[in-house]
Formats: sequence, C-alpha cells, structure tokens
Amino acid sequence: MEYFFELFLGGLTRGSIYALIALGYTMVYGIIELINFAHGEIYMIGAFTALIVASLLTMAGMDGMAVLALSMVVAIIYAGAYGFTIEKIAYKPLRQAPRLSPLISAIGMSIFLQNYVLLAQTSDFLPFPSLIPEFSFMEPYEHVFSSSELVIVVVTAVSMLVLTYLIKFTKMGKAMRASAQDRTMAMLAGINVNRIISTTFIIGSTLAAVGGVLIASHIGQINFYIGFIAGIKAFTAAVLGGIGSIPGAVLGSLVLGWTESFATGYVSSDYEDVFAFTLLVLILIFRPAGILGKTKTQKV
Amino acid sequence: MADKVLDVKALTKTFGGLKAVDSVDLDVKKGEIVALIGPNGAGKTTFFNCITGIYTPTEGDVLIIPPGEDPERINGLKPNKITSKGMARTFQNIRLFGNMTALENVMVGCHCRTKANIIGAIFRGPSTLKEERETIQKSYDLLKEVGLTEFVNEQAKNLPYGAQRRLEIARAMATDPFLLLLDEPAAGMNPQETRDLDELITKIREDYELSILLIEHDMKLVMNISDRIFVVDYGKKIAEGTPREIKDNPAVIKAYLGED
Amino acid sequence: MKNLKQSILISLWFIFLTFPLMVIRVNTVEQEVEWRWMNMAFIGVGTFVCSYIWRYLMARKEKGGNEEESKISWHQTLTTEKKYAIPAAALILVIAFIFPHIVTEYRINTMISALIYVVLGLGLNIVVGLAGLLDLGYVAFYAVGAYSYALLNHHFGLSFWACLPLGALLGAFFGILLGIPVLRLRGDYLAIVTLGFGEIIRLILENWNEFSFGPSGIANISNPTFFGQEISRSGGILFIYYLMIALVIFTIFVVNRLQNSRLGRSWVALREDEIACQAMGIDRMKTKLAAFALGATWAGMVGVIFAAKTSFINPASFTFLESAIILSIVVLGGMGSILGVILAAFVLILLPEELRAFSEYRMLIFGASMVLMMVFRPQGIIANVRRSYEYHGLDRAEEAK
Ligand SMILES: Nc1ncnc2c1ncn2[C@@H]1O[C@H](COP(=O)(O)OP(=O)(O)O)[C@@H](O)[C@H]1O
Ligand SMILES: [Mg+2]
Repeated sequence: MEYFFELFLGGLTRGSIYALIALGYTMVYGIIELINFAHGEIYMIGAFTALIVASLLTMAGMDGMAVLALSMVVAIIYAGAYGFTIEKIAYKPLRQAPRLSPLISAIGMSIFLQNYVLLAQTSDFLPFPSLIPEFSFMEPYEHVFSSSELVIVVVTAVSMLVLTYLIKFTKMGKAMRASAQDRTMAMLAGINVNRIISTTFIIGSTLAAVGGVLIASHIGQINFYIGFIAGIKAFTAAVLGGIGSIPGAVLGSLVLGWTESFATGYVSSDYEDVFAFTLLVLILIFRPAGILGKTKTQKV
Repeated sequence: MADKVLDVKALTKTFGGLKAVDSVDLDVKKGEIVALIGPNGAGKTTFFNCITGIYTPTEGDVLIIPPGEDPERINGLKPNKITSKGMARTFQNIRLFGNMTALENVMVGCHCRTKANIIGAIFRGPSTLKEERETIQKSYDLLKEVGLTEFVNEQAKNLPYGAQRRLEIARAMATDPFLLLLDEPAAGMNPQETRDLDELITKIREDYELSILLIEHDMKLVMNISDRIFVVDYGKKIAEGTPREIKDNPAVIKAYLGED
Repeated sequence: MKNLKQSILISLWFIFLTFPLMVIRVNTVEQEVEWRWMNMAFIGVGTFVCSYIWRYLMARKEKGGNEEESKISWHQTLTTEKKYAIPAAALILVIAFIFPHIVTEYRINTMISALIYVVLGLGLNIVVGLAGLLDLGYVAFYAVGAYSYALLNHHFGLSFWACLPLGALLGAFFGILLGIPVLRLRGDYLAIVTLGFGEIIRLILENWNEFSFGPSGIANISNPTFFGQEISRSGGILFIYYLMIALVIFTIFVVNRLQNSRLGRSWVALREDEIACQAMGIDRMKTKLAAFALGATWAGMVGVIFAAKTSFINPASFTFLESAIILSIVVLGGMGSILGVILAAFVLILLPEELRAFSEYRMLIFGASMVLMMVFRPQGIIANVRRSYEYHGLDRAEEAK
C-alpha cells in the first residue's frame, strides 16, 4: 500500500511538471493551431538560466530559498523573452503559409536551440544545485514524498490558479479566449491578435521555465537534451487531455504522470519512455480529440 | 419517377444543436438543370456536402439512379466512391490544386476513370502510355470546352478568378459524371463572365447529356437556365417549381426580403 | 535612420537574450566562473548585420518572387532539354566512376554516406515532398532495413543479396502496418505519431536485449559478396560505392517516373487539397499508403546497405535527429524536387566533412536553415516545377518528351 502511495505521489509530481509544460503547448495550439516544437527547448533554457544564476548567487554567498526565488525569477524573464523572440522570428512570418510550414520551422528552431545551448555551454550533464530545502515537517513522510516533490506540487497548483484567474477574469484573458475561438472574428472585434499571440507565447514560456527550474532542482542534473523528451511527453499530455483545452492539459498531464509512475513501478522501468510514446500513439489513433476535447467537423 | 437521376428524401444534417439541413426533399431528372437557392447560411452547401459524402447525413436517404441502372442508396459512402459512381461537384470556395498546372488539375479528375498503378508508372508499358495519352487528350478537350486553352501549362493558382471557376468545372467534368453539382459557379464573376458561364452550362448539358444541380445567387442566371428551382431557408425547403412559379411565390419573396 | 535605430535595438535585445548562456559559463564542481565577453561582441555585431539582411529579404519576399518563377531557370533547362541533359548526365556519370580511384578511402566512405542520404532524401521526398505527409519517424524504416540484415545475417547467415530485397519488403511491410492506423490523421498529428513510432522502435531496439542485443548493437555483419566471391575490405568499400551509385540512379529513375504518373499526380493533389482530391474520386487512404510504403521501401533497402557498409549497427544510429536531418535535406532541397534533394544532401553531408571547423556547427546550421527556408524560400533551393505538356496540331495533344 505504501508502495502504491509512493508511486501515486511520484506520478502526481511528474504530472505537475508535465502540466506546466503542457499548458504552453495547449495555449499556443488553441490560438494558432501550431505544435510549438521548440517549447521543450524553452523549458531547457529556463533550467540552464536558473543553473547559471543560482551558481553565481551561491558563489556570492547567498543560500536557500532566496537563491531559488531569484534564479526562478530570472529564468522566467528569460524564458518569456525567448518565447517572444522565437514567435517573432520563426512563426509570425508564416501566418499565411501552408499548415506544415510553421511546424517544420518549429522543428528547425528546436534543433537550433538545442545546439545553441550545447555550443554555448556544454554537451555534458551539469549538476544542478538542490535549491529546495528539506522541510523538517516533511521528515516523517520523506520516504514516500520528499520536500522538493511537495514544492513542485504546490508551485504547480499555485501557477494553475494564477493562470485560471488570468484567463477567466482579466481583459487579456477574454481577448485570448476570443482569439482562440475565432481569430478572424477577434481581429474584426478590434483585438490586436498579434499581441495576444505574443502574450500566449510568453505565458506558456514562463510556465515551462517554472517547470524546468523545479524539475532540474529535483533531479539534480541537466543537459541540452532534456527539453526534447520532456517536450514530447508534455505534448502527449496536452493531446491526451484534448489539445486547446486548459483543464484538459492538466488532466492529461496527471493521467500521463500516473501512467508512467505505475507502469515503471509495477511493470518495468526499462521501458519508461515507451509507455509515454505508446500512450501518445494510441490516443492519437483512437481518440485524437482527447479526453476533454470535442470532435469538430471541418467546414468545407 | 423513371427518369430521375437523383432522389433525396427527408435529408437532415445537424451540427450540435443547429439543424443546417432540415428534412429536405429534392430530385433531379435526366437532362435537367435544377437550381438550389436560398439566403446565405440556408444550408445549401451543407446539402451538397451531405449528398457528395463529405459529411455524413444525420437522417434521410440519398438515392442516385445512374442512367440505365438501378437506384442506389449512397448515404455515408466516401466522397471518392460517390464521385466514381458518377456525381461530381465544384466548390464554393475554390479548391483547385494550386501548384499543379491547369491541365494536371483536369488530369487528376480523370483518375477514377483510369487504372495505371505503381508498376505501370515505373515500367510505362504500352497500355500505360496509351492511357496517359488518352488522359492528356481528354483533359485538353475539356479545357477547350471551358475555354481555357491559353492556360494549359499555367499553375492553377496563377489563373484569373473566373478562369479558376471554369477550371473547377472542367476538372469535375473529367470524372465523367451523369450529374454535375455546381456550388455558386458565378460567385465573384463580372456580368460578361456570368453571361459566358450561362452559355457554358447549357452547352455542357447538351454536349455531355448530363443533369446539373447548381447553387447560385445570381437570379438572372438562375431564372435563365433552370428547368426547376428549389428554395431553402434556415435548412427547410420553402418552395419548389418552375422559375415562373418561384418568381411569384410569396414565401420566397419574404425569405429574400426578410433577410436584408 | 529608422532602420539603424531598429537594428541597434534588435542587437541590444539579442545581447540581453544571449547574455547568460553565451557569456557566462559556470563550473559547478570547481566553483569557477568564466566570463566570455568576446561572445557578447560577436552577438552584437552579428545580429546587427543579420537584422539588415532579414529586413532586405523580407522586403524582397513581400514584393513577391513571381517574376523569378516565371523565367525558365538553369536547372529546368538542364533537366528537361535533351540537348543539355544527356551530356550533363554523362559527365556526372564519368566523374562518379573515376572518383573512387583518385581519392582516399576516407573520402569514398564519406561519399557513400552522402549517397545514402541522397537515397534516403529521395525516399522521404515521396512521402513529404510529393504526398505532403510529414513523417518524422522515417528513420525507423531505415532501422528496420539495417536490423533485418544484421539479425538475419547473424542468426541465419543470410547473405547481403538475399537481405537487400527482404529489407525493402520489410520496410514496405512496416510502412503499411504503421500507415493503416495513422494515415487518416491530420497533418500535424501524423507528424507527431510517426515521431512517437520512430522513438518506440528505437527504444525497443535499445532495451530488448534478447532480440536486438541492446545498446551495444550488432557487430561483424558480413560484407557483401560479389557473385559468390568474398571481396577484400577495400574492395568492399569500392563495391558499396558503385552499388550506391546504381541505387541512386535507379531511385532517380523511379521517382521521376512516379512523379509524372497517375499515382504521382494523385499524391500532389492530395498534398494540395485533401477534400478536393477525394471529390475527384481518389481514394485517400490507398494513395497515402502507397506513398508511405514506397518511402519505407527505400529506407529499408538503404538500411541494409548501411549495415553492410559499417558492418556494425546499434540503436544510436537511428535517433530522431537522423529523421530530422533527412527531413531537412528534403525541405532545403525543395519539396518534391529531385535535383534539389540531391544537391541538399551533398551540401549538408559533405560540407561538414570537408570543413572540420564547420562540423561542430552542423546541427545549428541545419536548424537555422530549416527556419530560414520556411520563412524566405519555402519552395527550397530548387523549386519543383510541374511538367508541361506540348500540343502538336490543332487538337492533337501530345506529350512533350
Ligand atoms: N462543419 C460545420 N460545423 C458547424 N456548423 C456548420 C458546418 N458547416 C456548416 N455549418 C453551418 O450550417 C449553416 C449552413 O451553412 P451553409 O450550408 O454553408 O450555407 P449556404 O451554403 O446556404 O450559405 C451555417 O449556419 C453554417 O455555419
Ligand atoms: Mg454555400
């Protein structure tokens, strides 16, 4: 039973991270129908930026939560800036292009960013400082649920609440929902759709950066390639929940997190990534609209 | 009854709560030109999509009666199957193969009447070569029929608008239909082009001995060439009859005037 | 003046953007920080210049490149006019035959790699370029070919010549097997599913030790024989080189014929507009499957040759990156264009080998050029031009060539 709980909570943690990344995919897809292949790289860049900032601060003598908070803030700013810039360079000029063009551009961008970080930094795994302190009140449960896992789950939950507020109750959020429903109509209604798209990229990128910093600190090492697998898995989660749907992305992420956790725990840990990919393939083949998505008839 | 080629009974199509087509009956007889008219959003295109297999009808029957054959219910068949049974269409928002030449567009239309396969394509045996030559000849003749010989090797996307509409007709004709469905063929054309189209449609009917069902907003064109007219509004059929009957039908006048 | 200000701002923005990653490098073990201020200067100047180039290209794109398309370009003349095409082909053939005798073995080897990519590119070109199906797991079929030779050779001692058609068949088989469920998906979903399948196959090869010998791979795969004769190692390389030349010629021949056939036209039509294509009586699934299976056949075939060339294979040769490289060859070359794909394969594979300094940046440049190509020249280096037909006499339609 305890093993079950351990796996359950492990799945919850994984799912939380996937959710932070999956939201970026889902929000961008909701508005411009693009699989932002480079999104995983934003997560990786967020983690690298945090690593650099955290190391500098630690060497300067700071410690604990202050380092975590500061490096998180810098990572968020940079991730947002990268997301914004990528959209302007690789996707904006392709608004009118055939559907596959921006996807190919996104794949190119993803390869470019991976190799940019590889060349600018290193191809090795870098040890990531464990920024999240061990809470004393968590000690009795430490063997099933660590402090850093708790932080991940809590931060994710808070981020979700903030995002929900942004989307439900602000003017910005309304404009975003309108643009997702019908881009042309939103434009006619006087919404600056280009600005909305930029904002969407920035919000998605910041969430990914939060995920990147948390998971790097939890696992303890990063390299230039972490974004690829994490990105695909988060995309799987987004599709699983129904791409374009924000609650769907969270739900899909949790389902994926648990699937992976239980499958590796009870079946075999060799095939960890195979489970995710298999789930992805099965979902797309049998229910491409996802759990919460609606099937739409294409207008002719 | 005997000479019907298309017989649609109580066709209904819903999207969520919206009844885009609501229990519509319609038939086309051999050699007839029938018009389907109605205000924008009345469900005309949806009706076409349902009978050509692009949408699956929610309810009702679509029967086709190819000349000299038995009636066949075609609900839910794939579009390509329906086309190869002899019902071809054009699209309201032009859907040509933009990067292919005009001739190639028509050659694609010949697809379901030819048979060359991978092996034939690679070895180019005599039968493949012959078929290819015939395809080119037939496509060229069709381009000539619709008056597009000057654009033969021009990419479809570079053609003028009116020419694109006519190319769509030629492409549909290449499938050897007994019933041709035209969705707003005159949309976006200037008066001269519309007059030419009028002639073209009548000529096609004579030359190829087929029936035509068309959706059109240009009333002059509709009144000129149609044998019978069906009027729909909000998915429901509100009138049918000869052009003269329709012109004086109060329900039709109300539907059109009520809209503006 | 406005441009200058804008360029300075862009340059500053990129200096800010790249600052942590390009300038700072921390060594977490030894607690050292390396500050690379030179990089900042490079970025500043580089992006400043690039912003001007970008603006120029954008302006040119907006003006429209239509005039460019309408005039007949050199490559069209070269490939369609017999007067030039035959001597050119003959010249290339002669060079191809002499080549291995005047260069080192290392060069022959890299040339074989390039030729392998040419064939892979042409194979994927059928799927992506002609039929418009974005396949991100193409390398899986390549793996199927390579492993089928390696395993059949290892367990049953099957020869290269027996495995070559088997590899092709297995490739086709897997193509159909995968194609049936996934080909009804929309374009971008298809891309992701094929990527997923590619990764699943690689992960299985990596983890299923009893079947595929895991990450350590399979070594000592037999060299091909020549009419039953064993050939020496260096003779083997030469042999594979000529084999690849033959395969390239064969592939060009087949793809060229397919392109202008009933099937080829339906692929392009499908790429252009699926719904209209169906409405013209074309069976969507059958047409897609044909493209997918044919592409996979070629990948399987080249996989066998790859295994024979290296005599050692492991899953690391079949990562997503490999699929991405093949895809970028197709994209850069010009989707659907045979000549373009061949040129792109040579440029992308040979150039990094020749310019060692450049090779580190290879993937960086691949990625960047995919983006830039999509933005500025989506038709690729050499745009695919559809075949024109000529008419003799008033009504008699005749094929041009
Ligand atoms: N795929 C679809 N999904 C949802 N609603 C649709 C779809 N296709 C058509 N409709 C709706 O059906 C109604 C009829 O549309 P349409 O058949 O295009 O009208 P018409 O061709 O007569 O102008 C419209 O309200 C339209 O919005
Ligand atoms: Mg309509």
